[in-house]
Amino acid sequence: MSIHLKEIYKAFGENVVLKGFSLDVHEGETLAVVGQSGVGKSVAIKHIVGLLRADDGEVWVDGKEVGGLAQEELYELRRQVGYVFQFAALFDSMTVAQNLGMGLRRIPGMTEARVRERVEECLDLVELEGYGNRFPAELSGGQRKRAGLARAIATEPKYLLYDEPTTGLDPVTTTVIDRLILRMREELGVTGVVITHDMESAYRIADRIGMLYDGRICFLGTPEEIRACEDPVVRGFIEGEPELMGVEP
Amino acid sequence: MRTGITAPFAAVGRAALDTAAGIGQWGGFMVDAARSLRKMDIWGRLLLQELARIGVDSVPIALFIATFTGVVLALQAAYTFTGAIPQYFVGTLVGKTMMLELGPVLTGLALSGRVGANISAELGTMRVTEQIDALETLAYDPVAYLVAPRVLAGTIMFPIVTVLATSIGIAAGWVASLFLLDMSTPEFLKGLRLFFEPFDVQFGAIKATSFGLTVTSIGCFFGFTTRGGAAGVGRSTTRSVVVSSMVILVLDAFWAATLL
Repeated sequence: MSIHLKEIYKAFGENVVLKGFSLDVHEGETLAVVGQSGVGKSVAIKHIVGLLRADDGEVWVDGKEVGGLAQEELYELRRQVGYVFQFAALFDSMTVAQNLGMGLRRIPGMTEARVRERVEECLDLVELEGYGNRFPAELSGGQRKRAGLARAIATEPKYLLYDEPTTGLDPVTTTVIDRLILRMREELGVTGVVITHDMESAYRIADRIGMLYDGRICFLGTPEEIRACEDPVVRGFIEGEPELMGVEP
Repeated sequence: MRTGITAPFAAVGRAALDTAAGIGQWGGFMVDAARSLRKMDIWGRLLLQELARIGVDSVPIALFIATFTGVVLALQAAYTFTGAIPQYFVGTLVGKTMMLELGPVLTGLALSGRVGANISAELGTMRVTEQIDALETLAYDPVAYLVAPRVLAGTIMFPIVTVLATSIGIAAGWVASLFLLDMSTPEFLKGLRLFFEPFDVQFGAIKATSFGLTVTSIGCFFGFTTRGGAAGVGRSTTRSVVVSSMVILVLDAFWAATLL
């Protein structure tokens, strides 16, 4: 079971963001998608959970074509896919524990006692023990990201999608988040897709790295392969040299 | 490129098309909201909270407005009727005007500011901070979770708040008549009963129900379709109040033309 995006096209008005975007994510791996800001990385992964619908192309998750699912089937699929938002997207009128309980309460047969137990387990896993009664506004940026991750893993998904998990964090907190992403793969066995433009982070956490450029994946390989890649667009991005990519500095 | 004489017509045409498109989008949104009523497992436990927030919390502002409206109506009626018309008609005017017009319309307009703006700003902020997307990823239908309980609560509570406000407005007119116009209670009540029809109360409640549906659904619609950060939230909130106030006045005329 895995994720396949086939020839995805997506435009917002005149702005064509994805132009034949294809990507296969293998079971158990963590795949990082890198690329410049605004190139369409988040747009691409939003298709996996049906938050956006492709203008053309197909998205397959666990053998099901996302675009063809009825609403209830889509909700069933979403229980298998955790989504960690760029700015955590915690419900700000709820405590951290209530945030974590939201997805759990949609699982048929889930008791309140089990919800509380699972919330505590997830908070322990992301090292936020004792923070359950706090509101998102009372957390630091790194804590909010961890709470967002805890909410995403609460329903024990098979897949985790991370949208810029380390953006805006200091180097130490970035390392903490990277280690958590690695733990998710090693301890929970989840398949992960990480959207990032932080190459150091991508090298640390990814089994494979795909680079999105001009609406499609222009490179896909291991961290070692991307380091050795001579393609000027790839080199320009990882070395931070806009001239190599043909971009005005 | 349109210049000179054609430019104003083009602008009017664009505005008309935008308005028609907006009404169409709102219609589609309302169909989704109606469909989401089947998901009582999602909105059922939120309804009580929204009834309190939209209805009970609005009572003070509605009563404040109604009290002063009742007093002013009594004083203006007495001023208008001087000499020519018996003074007990003050009770008639206060009662009829509060029940048929000012009770529902002033409450509706006040709550379009308090309730409609609140809903639009809250949902708009949730939209731009991806909280609505987060709801979807957690397998919630956001329309069932956010829209259904608010629209239901508004539709249920607006007539209740309006009946309360109307009663207080009439009571305030009666107190003003006693202490400021030297009328007696039997005189005021005589006027109040003179042309009273039970339908007057129903008419006010029907109007208030339609205002409740309008204010909450428009607030939810503009909140849900917010784009563009804090500025977008501000725009949605303003539009929500302006559009729902306009629709309240149009509905007011519609009900008067069709039911009276």
